[in-house]
Formats: sequence, structure tokens, C-alpha cells
Amino acid sequence: MSIKPGRNIRNRFHNIWMLICILLIVLMPVILAFGLYFKASLLLSDNSVFSLLFSKDWQPSKQNFGFYSFILSSLWITILSLAICAPVCLLSAIYLTQYARSNVLKLMHPVIDILAGIPSVIYGVWGIIVIVPLIANHIAPLFDVETSGYTIIAGAIVLAIMIIPFVLNILIEVFNTIPEQLTEASLSLGASKWETIKFVLFRKAFPGIISAFGLGLSRAFGETIAVLMVVGNVVKVPKGIFQPGYPLPALIANNYGEMMSIPMYDSALMMAALILFVVVLLFNFASRFAITRFELRI
Amino acid sequence: MNNHTKININNVNLSIGKQHILKNINVEIPEKKITVILGPSGCGKTTLLKCLNRLTDSYEDINVSGNIFINNKDILKSNGDITELRKKMGLLSQRPYPLPMSIYDNVAYGLKISGRKKKRFLNKRVEHYLKQASLWEETYDRLKEPASSLSIGQQQRLCLARGLAVDPEIILADEPTSALDPLSSQAIEEKFIHLKQYYTIVLVTHILRQAKRIADNIVFMYLGEVIEQGPAESFFNNPKMEKTKAYLSGAFN
Amino acid sequence: MMIKRKKIEEKIFKVLMVLATMTIAFALMLIIYSILYKGLPSLSWEMISQTPKGGFYFGKEGGILNAIIGSLYLSIGATFLAFIVGLPVALYINVHLVKRKKIVNAIRFFLDLLWGVPSIVYGAFGFSLMIYMGIRTSLLAGIITVAFLIIPIMIRAMDEVFKEVPRGLMEAAFSLGSTKSETAYKIFFRQCVPGVITAILLSLGRGIGDAASVMFTTGYTDHIPTSLTQPTATLPLSIFFQLSSPIPEVQNRAYASALVLTIIILIISLSARMISGKYQKNKINF
Repeated sequence: MSIKPGRNIRNRFHNIWMLICILLIVLMPVILAFGLYFKASLLLSDNSVFSLLFSKDWQPSKQNFGFYSFILSSLWITILSLAICAPVCLLSAIYLTQYARSNVLKLMHPVIDILAGIPSVIYGVWGIIVIVPLIANHIAPLFDVETSGYTIIAGAIVLAIMIIPFVLNILIEVFNTIPEQLTEASLSLGASKWETIKFVLFRKAFPGIISAFGLGLSRAFGETIAVLMVVGNVVKVPKGIFQPGYPLPALIANNYGEMMSIPMYDSALMMAALILFVVVLLFNFASRFAITRFELRI
Repeated sequence: MNNHTKININNVNLSIGKQHILKNINVEIPEKKITVILGPSGCGKTTLLKCLNRLTDSYEDINVSGNIFINNKDILKSNGDITELRKKMGLLSQRPYPLPMSIYDNVAYGLKISGRKKKRFLNKRVEHYLKQASLWEETYDRLKEPASSLSIGQQQRLCLARGLAVDPEIILADEPTSALDPLSSQAIEEKFIHLKQYYTIVLVTHILRQAKRIADNIVFMYLGEVIEQGPAESFFNNPKMEKTKAYLSGAFN
Repeated sequence: MMIKRKKIEEKIFKVLMVLATMTIAFALMLIIYSILYKGLPSLSWEMISQTPKGGFYFGKEGGILNAIIGSLYLSIGATFLAFIVGLPVALYINVHLVKRKKIVNAIRFFLDLLWGVPSIVYGAFGFSLMIYMGIRTSLLAGIITVAFLIIPIMIRAMDEVFKEVPRGLMEAAFSLGSTKSETAYKIFFRQCVPGVITAILLSLGRGIGDAASVMFTTGYTDHIPTSLTQPTATLPLSIFFQLSSPIPEVQNRAYASALVLTIIILIISLSARMISGKYQKNKINF
């Protein structure tokens, strides 16, 4: 069959456009990294990476850019949020995949979807309405602490709820990829359902579970608006969960307005974005890699 | 010859939702013989097998009626410990599903679960059952390696050893050779012929020739019904039902 | 004795599991309830039908129409742009590269990585790109930034749909003399229209809700933009700014704006669910 010339040209055009788009996608991380590095390099040429990462001294007007307190804030909030989210997600994922009847799952699916779709600014508003007063008036007094409520723990709780749908979805998928026959094999050896979950399913799913948490962690690390709204934003190395914090994304978001008026400030903020990008990419890479290996093994 | 009936399936009906999968099943399975449940795919063989150790429990919307007597006890009615019932039966599935642990722990799993934790006892048992499944020679120097490092044929024998280790009375096998190469299949079949002096074996297959090779007793199923059952010899040489004759002549598969 | 202890352990964990699951459902209800409770009293027709008048940020008259329209412009523009780039990629990896499993997996891996990049990084990048190219904060800059953000999401969502197209259908198309591109657009795309719409709605929701990436790039204004080069307000930022005001009236309006945004998101995600639910029912099985 001969192909008409018009058809031929259209085909050529489609193929070329498809290739351009693919190339764009594959190059995007490189472009992102390069773009950020390009801006941050000004700062890096004056200071060593080590002093930038581990100095507590943050005085933009004096050209002192030490990211230590921001990095530490980010770590506190991220790790704390994962600590809250992980057990809840794991328990719920096991329940939904192993015990729950299918109508419970049908009910929970939209719940997870909607939670995942709620914009981060709404989580922030909710944090201000519910979590911040809850901490100021009820939780902090339990520990004899006086606080406005705008604290690391508030950020961590809001963040934990935000990443629950994300982590839970991955965990459900991880447990669902385990073949039913493995469960049946364990059951027919006289193990109870719970023993099967504990000794067989959990072990089989372990790499997948770790990856899910890793992905959750990197999602939490980069989250901006919701955390920024409830975390207090005070430049200080945090010493406890009832103190305000100032994570990296909040630093960028809060200061973009004035960054052009102070020399090097824009370079410092791009440096913060570069740190975020690199950390998140590494975490994502490790987790995704592990999860692919996990799926291949099954 | 021992001609005791080990399992007596009495008027069993099973449906999932609105699908009627097993229809009025009446089967007698003799002790210490190989009973082959034969039939084309999708006729309910596997489901019937799962009824025997109540793996059907974990399905939703499932409805089982009738009686299944094992050692004269109705296992469908008993509310006792279901894990005890399951321990009486070793299960071998279509593909080997080794547990995510070492070769040693795979065999010791059932024993550990039921509280036998003495190291020396476990060592002895593991060796014994690996030998019984003809796997000891290939694995005695790598017992701590993950079970997934074995070949598929070895994995299936490991699954057999693991099933034997809980000291069952019955072995349930669901097309246990379908994922194996011809040599491994032969090894498994020979194992079964050897093991039938100790165990009652129920084997599901759709391979006619396999049934001819090892069956003492045949249950032929088609579309959820038992068409014909009886000793293998008379089944193959002298079938009574039209559908059996058609099946044996290769009319459907 | 041992059996009893095992049973108790299982019981305890089962209770914990149910509790965990209920906590998640409860969290969603609490979020929606508190937004409704705080936002409903201040929500009025005026709020969603007018742009800010003088003194709006001191609690005087006006509404957030500028932000609503701005957000819609922005997200529709970004979704359109992402679609133009995303559809060919999703088709390409499922039709042209169908035999190159390794390359396809590598591309999927890349996309998943990109999906994980925080939106503030896109924002910062978009900003430096803007400076570099000498563009000012504008609707267009925002559209490009948000498009970058949602491209990976859109491709992966469409990819999941195209993956399900049976191989036999593709082979049938080839054997009738269709070229690869024709097969891609005429067969895959048409077969999957509902799934593609779901992917688009998903990206749209993402685009409307994201604040961090547009902070740098769109600017903020009280007017509804009339061209791509003008700055524009967006709903998330409008909520954010109003909430940081010390004046109670303005804060209350922030809650009402949050309610508006929540309703928009709910409508989008529910319709995406309905379409994808229907789609599964009508899918042709081979």
C-alpha cells in the first residue's frame, strides 16, 4: 500500500514532535539542576559548601548565609511527620488489603483520593483553624510549655496528614502485588492470619514499605505553603518540638519579594532550592529504585 | 489393601456471589492413595481443593453448603481451631511460592509457628524432610540462603518439604507440575508415588497423561459437576458416561 | 495458653488497624467540616462575583473574582500546555517504544522522579528563568511554570490508561496499514478518551491548588488579566495573603476563599472519579 504524500508529512511531523517532547522531559531534571546551580554559583564562589550548610549565621544584609538552622528545621519537621504518618499508614494499609471487606475499600478509595487532591494551602488553613489552637491550648500545657501553637509539631502534624494519602496509596499497591498464593501457603502450614501477616507478608513487603516511607519523606521535605503557615518561621536552631521552626521551603517562599533588593540574597535562595532539589531527587531516586527492584522480585 | 475412606464430600454446593461454582459434589477419597481430580480448566477443581482446607474462608460473598467429613469429622461445620485442620494438610500450588526467608526457615516455619523452637529438634526435622523431598543433597551446604535462590523445580520440592514438615495426613496438590520443566515434573510425580504409602494425596490436574501415570482413583469434573468417579483402571478402560468418553477421546480440553 | 496470647495480639492489632483507618477518614471529615464552619458565614455572592474594591484588604467591599478567574486561566492554560507536550510522550512510549521495555521503564522512572520535585523548586527555577529571559511576572510565566509541574503527573496518568490498551488492538491497526502515529492518535487516543479526560482533570486540580510555584512567577493584582503578559492573582495566594492580615474581616474572607477553593477541587475530583468509574464499565475487553 502506498502512503499519500500528505499523510507522510503529517506522520513526519508527529514523530518529530513526539521526539522533541520526550527529549524535553528527559532533559528537564538536568535543566532544572543547571538553572538553579547557575544562580547559586555566585554564592558558592564566595563560600565553601561546608560553611554554608553548617553555619548558623543568617544575616542576609551582612552577606552571611548559613543554612544550618533551616536545614535542621526541615529535618525535624520531616522526620517527625513521617513518624506520625508511618504507623497510621502501615496499619491502615494492612487492614485495607488483608482484613477489610471490599465495601470498606470502596468507601476509603474516594477518601484517600480527596485527601490527596486537597491543595496545600487548604491544609495550611486547616492547620491554623484546628491544629495550632489545639497545640497552644491543650497539648503544650500537658508538657508545661507555653506557646502560640505555631510550632514544629504543628507543621509535622499538618504535613503528616498531607502525605498520608500519598504513602498509603503506595503501601496498598505494595501489599496488593504480593500474590495471594503466598498467603495461602503460609495459612496451609497452620499459621494464623496474623502470623502470616507478621512473618510472611511484612517480610516480603519490607523493601516496598521502606520505599513508600522514603517517598513520603521526600514529599514532606519539599512541601511549602502548608508548613509555612503553621510553623512560626523564626530563624533559630530548634531545640524541641514546641519551638517554632523555619524550614527551607518556607525560607524561599517568604523572602522572594525582597531577594532582588539585597545583593546575593537571590543567589542564597536559589541555593536553598538547589539543596531541596538535590535531597529530594536523591531520596526519590533511592526509593523508586528500591521499589522497582521489589516489583521485579515478585 | 487399605480401602478406608479418608475424605467424604457430601452434597457440597459452592457459590461466589451469583456464580454457582460447585454443584452437588459427592466424592469419596480413599486413604493412602493418589486421587486425581481431572477436568478441563475452569471446571471448579481448584475451588474444590480449597474447600478441603477451608482456604475458601478468605473469600468474600462465598457460600458453601453440604458436608465434608475428614476422619469422620465435618470440617465445614466445626468451629474449632482452623489452623489445626490446615496443619493436617500440606498444600502444593501451581507455582512454587517459597516464603521470603531462608531454605532452612521455609521448612522450619510450620514447626516454629506451632511452638517447636528447640534448635536440635528443628535441625533434625529440616534434614529429614528435605531428604524426603529429595532436596537435601542439593541444599545441605546452603541452608541459610534465601529460598528464592533455588531453581523453580527445587523451589517446588522445597514447598513439598515445607508441607510435609507439619506432619500432615493429606497432601493437596493443585497442578503442581504446571510451571516445571519435564524433568522436575517427573521428579515430583515419582515423589508422589513414593509418598502415597504414608499420605493420602489429592492431586488436581488437567493433564490426562499425568493422571494415567499416577492416579489410583479418578474424579472427573466438568463445569462444576462431578461426572464420573472411580478406580483409575476402570475409568480409563471402561468409562460409563458419554462426557467422559468424549473427554478421553480429546473432544474438549 | 500460647494460642490465647496469639489471639489477643491479633485482636489488639486489629483494633489499632481499624482505628488508624478511621483516623484517616476522620481527618478528611474534620478538614471539610472546619473549612465549612469557618468559611460559610463569610461566603457571599459579592465575594465570588466582584473584584477587590478600594479598602478590600482592610475589610471593605469587594470579592475574590480576580483570584478565581486568575486561577482558572492559569490552570487551564497550564493544563493545555502540559497536554500538548504530555500526550505525544504518553503515546510515544506506549506505541513507538512498545518493544523497548527498558527505555520505557527508564522514561517512567524519570517521570516519577520529576513528579517528586517540590513545586517550590519549580517556582524558584521558573523565577530564575524569567529573570534570565527578561520576562516580568505574568500569567504566561505562571502558566509555563505550572505546566512544568503538572507535565509528569499528566503523562503518568495517561500512561496508566494507554498501558491498558490491548496489544491485539494495536497489531490489528498495524495490519490494516496504519502508521505508528496514526495508530497512536486514532486508535489509542480515541479508545482512551475518558481516561485522558480523567488525567486532564487530575492535572487541572493540581494546577489550581498549587501555590508555591506561582508565588514567584505570576505576581499579584486586583484586576482580572486581559492578556498573557499581565500579572494575575490566584486563589491559593489570595487565601494566603488574606490570612496573614491582622484584620478579622479579612481573615474571615480568607476562610471563605478557602471554602471556594475546596469546592472547586471537590467538583473536579468527583467528576474525575465519575468519568473514570464509567470508563471502567465501558471498556472493551479483548
